[in-house]
Amino acid sequence: MVWRAEHAEMVKVTVESRLEYLDLLQTLAENITRMMKFDEEAVYRVGLSTRESVANAICHGNRQDASKWVDVEFEMHEDRLVINVDDAGDGFDPAGLADPLAAENLLKPCGRGILFVRVFMDEVDFLPSPAGGTRLRMTKRMYSIQEGARQ
Amino acid sequence: MSIDSRTVDGVTILDLAGRIILGESSVELRMKIRDLVQTGNKRILLNMAGVSHMDSSGIGELVGAYATVSTQGGQLKLLNLTKKLHELLAITKLLTVFESYDSEAKALESFSR
Repeated sequence: MVWRAEHAEMVKVTVESRLEYLDLLQTLAENITRMMKFDEEAVYRVGLSTRESVANAICHGNRQDASKWVDVEFEMHEDRLVINVDDAGDGFDPAGLADPLAAENLLKPCGRGILFVRVFMDEVDFLPSPAGGTRLRMTKRMYSIQEGARQ
Repeated sequence: MSIDSRTVDGVTILDLAGRIILGESSVELRMKIRDLVQTGNKRILLNMAGVSHMDSSGIGELVGAYATVSTQGGQLKLLNLTKKLHELLAITKLLTVFESYDSEAKALESFSR
């Protein structure tokens, strides 16, 4: 079976900025990815990318202020999954992030989450979020699954 | 996460099991390492075979443990990395920092006295 979608199907979740929700959102991302017939490697990569993105939104965007929300939206297209993670913070400049692969940063205790997202997802963009904070928009494309099925 | 400790040939082996992730007992590892170093146990081997999940925060804990041990003149090495953990360490270039082994015997031999 292959994933078919005549139009983008949407799942949207809004959570308070609490780390207890990371498991929930990672599992949801994994289940959506499986439903779309991605392989297990992609399921793991999308799940971890979602976890890292939501963690950033909670910890850095919303500064673990439980009164601030994180919106996670899954757009399920026929050829790709797009995930938007929105925080309600003050916004930030991704160009200002330290490079975790620079020699002087290799032994720093943090700063690797976005690196994983960039490696594991096909496209990653930072945009202003509708709530005034930051939106991290990431895309995972289907390649061989759909190509093989259509042959 | 659970941490079981044993000593072989003067090396403290910590058998880790469970998840090393943000918000979940990652402080345990940090405290265990600190306690070992403070009591003079500075040759430490982390057995990662039972680690089921790790995120960037977990990687940070490994890095913190390495820094704690190294700055005190000790050695911290890794054993039995799963394929996923190996990939995360490769992405972060930390395989150039950590020594890792698939064999406990070889790992133990590698510790200098």
